Amino acid sequence: MKFTLSWLKEHLETDATLEEIAERLTAIGLEVESIDDKAALKPFTIARVLSAEKHPDADKLQVLTVDTGSGTPVQVVCGAPNARAGLVGAFAAPGSYVPGIDVTLSVGNIRGVESRGMMCSERELQMSDEHSGIIDLDDDAPVGQSFAAYAGLDDPVIEIGLTPNHPEATGVYGIARDLAAAGIGRLKETAIEPVRAEGACPVNVAIEAGDLCPGFALRRVKGVTNGPSPRWMQQRLLAIGLRPINALVDITNYMTFDRGRPLHVFDAAKVAGNLTIRRARDGETLLALDERTYRLTPEMCVIADERGVESLAGIMGGEHSGCDETTTDVLIESALWDPIATAKAGRSLGIITDARYRFERGVDPEFMIPGLDLATHLVMQICGGTPSEMEVAGYRPPERKVVSFPFSEVKRLTGLDVPAGEATDILTRLGFEPIGSGEVIEVKVPTWRPDVDGKADLVEEVMRIKGVDHIAPLPLETHSAVNGRILTTLQIRTRLARRALAARGMLEAVTWSFIPEAHAKAFGGGAAGLKLANPIAADMSDMRPSLLPGLLAAAQRNTDRGFGDAALFEVSGTYESDAPDGQRRVAGGVRRGTAKFGGASRHWDGAAKPVDVFDAKADAIAALEAAGAPVDKLQIEPGGPEWYHPGRSGTIRLGPKMVLAHFGEFHPITLETLDVSGPLTGFEVFLDAIPEPKRKATRTKPSLTLSPLQAVKRDFAFVVDKAVKAADLVKAASGADKKLIAGITVFDLFEGAALGEGKKSVAIEVTIQPLDRTLTDEDLEALAGKVVDNVTKSTGGTLRR
Amino acid sequence: MSDLVQLEEQIMAEISAADDEPAIEAVRVAALGKKGSVSEKLKTLGAMSPEERQTMGPAINGLKSRIADAIAERKQALKAKAIEARLERERVDVTLPTRPSPVETGRIHPISQVIDEITAIFGDMGFSIAEGPDIETDYYNFTALNFPEGHPAREMHDTFFFAKDDKGEAKVLRTHTSPVQIRTMESQKPPIRIVIPGKTYRQDSDATHSPMFHQIEGLVIDKTANVANMKWVLTEFCKTFFEVPQVKMRFRPSFFPFTEPSLEVDIQCDRSGSEVKFGEGDDWMEILGCGMVHPNVLRAGGLDPDEYQGFAWGMGIDRIAMLKYGMPDLRAFFDADVRWLNHYGFRPLDMPTLFGGLSS
Repeated sequence: MKFTLSWLKEHLETDATLEEIAERLTAIGLEVESIDDKAALKPFTIARVLSAEKHPDADKLQVLTVDTGSGTPVQVVCGAPNARAGLVGAFAAPGSYVPGIDVTLSVGNIRGVESRGMMCSERELQMSDEHSGIIDLDDDAPVGQSFAAYAGLDDPVIEIGLTPNHPEATGVYGIARDLAAAGIGRLKETAIEPVRAEGACPVNVAIEAGDLCPGFALRRVKGVTNGPSPRWMQQRLLAIGLRPINALVDITNYMTFDRGRPLHVFDAAKVAGNLTIRRARDGETLLALDERTYRLTPEMCVIADERGVESLAGIMGGEHSGCDETTTDVLIESALWDPIATAKAGRSLGIITDARYRFERGVDPEFMIPGLDLATHLVMQICGGTPSEMEVAGYRPPERKVVSFPFSEVKRLTGLDVPAGEATDILTRLGFEPIGSGEVIEVKVPTWRPDVDGKADLVEEVMRIKGVDHIAPLPLETHSAVNGRILTTLQIRTRLARRALAARGMLEAVTWSFIPEAHAKAFGGGAAGLKLANPIAADMSDMRPSLLPGLLAAAQRNTDRGFGDAALFEVSGTYESDAPDGQRRVAGGVRRGTAKFGGASRHWDGAAKPVDVFDAKADAIAALEAAGAPVDKLQIEPGGPEWYHPGRSGTIRLGPKMVLAHFGEFHPITLETLDVSGPLTGFEVFLDAIPEPKRKATRTKPSLTLSPLQAVKRDFAFVVDKAVKAADLVKAASGADKKLIAGITVFDLFEGAALGEGKKSVAIEVTIQPLDRTLTDEDLEALAGKVVDNVTKSTGGTLRR
Repeated sequence: MSDLVQLEEQIMAEISAADDEPAIEAVRVAALGKKGSVSEKLKTLGAMSPEERQTMGPAINGLKSRIADAIAERKQALKAKAIEARLERERVDVTLPTRPSPVETGRIHPISQVIDEITAIFGDMGFSIAEGPDIETDYYNFTALNFPEGHPAREMHDTFFFAKDDKGEAKVLRTHTSPVQIRTMESQKPPIRIVIPGKTYRQDSDATHSPMFHQIEGLVIDKTANVANMKWVLTEFCKTFFEVPQVKMRFRPSFFPFTEPSLEVDIQCDRSGSEVKFGEGDDWMEILGCGMVHPNVLRAGGLDPDEYQGFAWGMGIDRIAMLKYGMPDLRAFFDADVRWLNHYGFRPLDMPTLFGGLSS
């Protein structure tokens, strides 16, 4: 919403400065977005050309002597064809900045002739695109005075951002009322005289769509002269960025901004018969005033005559019945339109107009008839003519809402102490009608505030006018235990997994929740219920079933930029369904190239090898361990979901049903679908699947017993079938004596022709911790024999000698 | 006696000549060993007369001890020389680079870091962290938050929709974190003090808007919380978060469907340089929206607005991260460019705490 300072002052009697007004506007919720104080035009003064001689060295230039009012005439070289002795125009002295050509003038020398300034065109002052000659003012324009002041261009323009709850501030009058309520001056209330009409309106109005049109008023003014509107009106409209068209149209635009009351004018000669307010018929079209043709639907409300649709209700009039210079009889419409229907129609047709802006916020219903009278006065004043009676259809005076208002509510919600008298005054100045006395009063809401429904709304009115700055910050009371814990277990796990993976040298990424359909399908997603109906781009269409496609694509983007050794992870949501519990919390990561834990790429101490399944496994286990999963109880099984390499992937379980993680290298088809290239390895840990740990009664750790007896280590190497899992072998060996065997590590793996086809050798180191006495050679022999027996029995392997 | 002198000279010469540990050991054995030349001399003492022994005893023993000392000294010198030689052999070029430590090369994304910072601040004020799903119903995202059907404010949200289900209802990607207000009120009795970080989505994309972004929402519900408390909480937060001793904030009346009264908050800053400085300057920058929870929202959460009251606020995590740490473009947050992550990301041990400082 834009307006000028002088326009505001037409409704507001005030001595406040522009700065004070702007500050108060923001403080009462009408946020000032910009102020154009027209400082750019300050340097330009009115000057008279005393003489104009041809430039000695240039055909198209003249040398002028100019009276700038300073007493001494100034020499100016000028190329304008209309420059002549006697012309009064706008002068810029050296040192002035000329906005239209983006130049700060200096004393020039044009083909040997000194030039001390410039006579300007409208374009050079950014007033219009006019550049065929310099500005040519009336003879009596005061030489030496400010050009902007003379031309009415020094009126500061204020633009405020309006929130949807202030329809009253879509008109300058309403803004003036708010400012007056807030102590900036006095509102100049204007009584609108009823129009002295002659005869009935010749056009009748029938409302068929009463749900979309709660009221419609129409009046003909006969015998008008529709020329240009007066200079003051044109200047105000130009200042807020509206192009003057003709007096009748300008009056409707002026009323829209002055009173927040959009109107429409029909050329009565072009309206066939009576008007009907109805829903558009499917397929009906309207050539609108913006010279575009719109295809209408029955959701939209139109004003039609016997010829067809003449206007799109509350949004834009039709080209056919619009007013131009030939108009002699005008029909002025002042109507009420349903906000939601107006918004919907405007949205679906893509039309944004000043009328729509106001109707969708809510136009004061009580002002429908006075608004028409005010417009009629303006028409008669500017264009002459004889008005008819008003034709009013469907209108019932609106009922005022009444809100029960305990004064204590202001203190309760804001902490602000406002005496009842002051609160009553504020509400009254805003147009509310407080009724009754005592602690709780009834407040009648003015019809221009459709947003006010309850006592909290009245608190806001009192607060914003009194001033939010009066509320002193008050510390929040300390509650001993609002909720006990700050983070939930899952939040703690999320945080720890994130820090643990970063501590493994990985970089945390945040990738899109929506991914291309093909990527979603490659990772088990792509369900219809998880597809966006209106994605922002075709490749951001499906909610991700996994973090991996986004991370793999990210790794590839980095590779394409020359960073092929990337280790990326993300801890975030994936989507199994559209239900709240269908959103999983996953820690996922990928490593590419040689981005291993110990460092990537070549190094004098040994180049890093390409990443493989074990890098992903280590990451997955680290994330699980950080998140507090019982790592010693986890089972690792070969194979994972189909997007992994079947022979180089694994699943981490807790018990037979609970899957906590997958890891592995990727299936070549998966990489092909995503158009990415390896070496790549990745994992996903399902943080929300880890069981909640048992709450312990105390924080005491179990007591520590340190054995005085030294542990003994024994090595074994077994030849087993290649398919035998190392984990099974270790499990069998540790079963030899669960008490004495404290640990087993696999320290060698070997495959070779000497072992036979399909065989491998697995070497383990068994740590034996004596418990209560030193073990004898016989004890150790017996234990070793048991280890060998167990392994042989369960794996079919043999001890390698 | 003269043979003793001669023997001493000879052995001393041998000691000097020995140039490694085996050589000196050989000299020792030859002189002081069981059958060594000095040991042999000692054996002769037994056959001597007491008088003879009186002079020869000290002479031979003196010889022995001088030889022993000389050998020990020589041994020590040779050992030192040997160590020196070994150390010289073992010399390496210590200017060769080592592998960097993963704990130094890993990075936490600025969004996660800022969430941790916010958690540290509000945790200290007695808030806990709440979360909710990204895919929401129309009810939780709009209706329960007092967005009437067809209200222009709904349109302002540029919502992402899913396909309509059998009942004709379409789920949405939440446009704000506010649905969690309702979910929390439904599941928890007041007093409520929560902050809600999370992903939010709107169909919008440019340098400062992204179709996916992050918000943090705060909610306080009890029987007394009011605008004055809200001003305090938000001022304390901004001061602590931006790590400046003072901030000047401007609370402007505004409009949100789910709060009444509603306010927008600007923070004073200096934008004259390339960085935004808080706590000084003449500019105002909008930073968050807030207000008293609307009575209709309290009712939707199952609370009586005449008994309970409270306030809520919301702000963009990405936005305050950009303001604090100076990233110019929001879109880069979601591009996973390793150069960006290395530059703007945080080390895993940079853990924001109130005692250790939010940022290092």
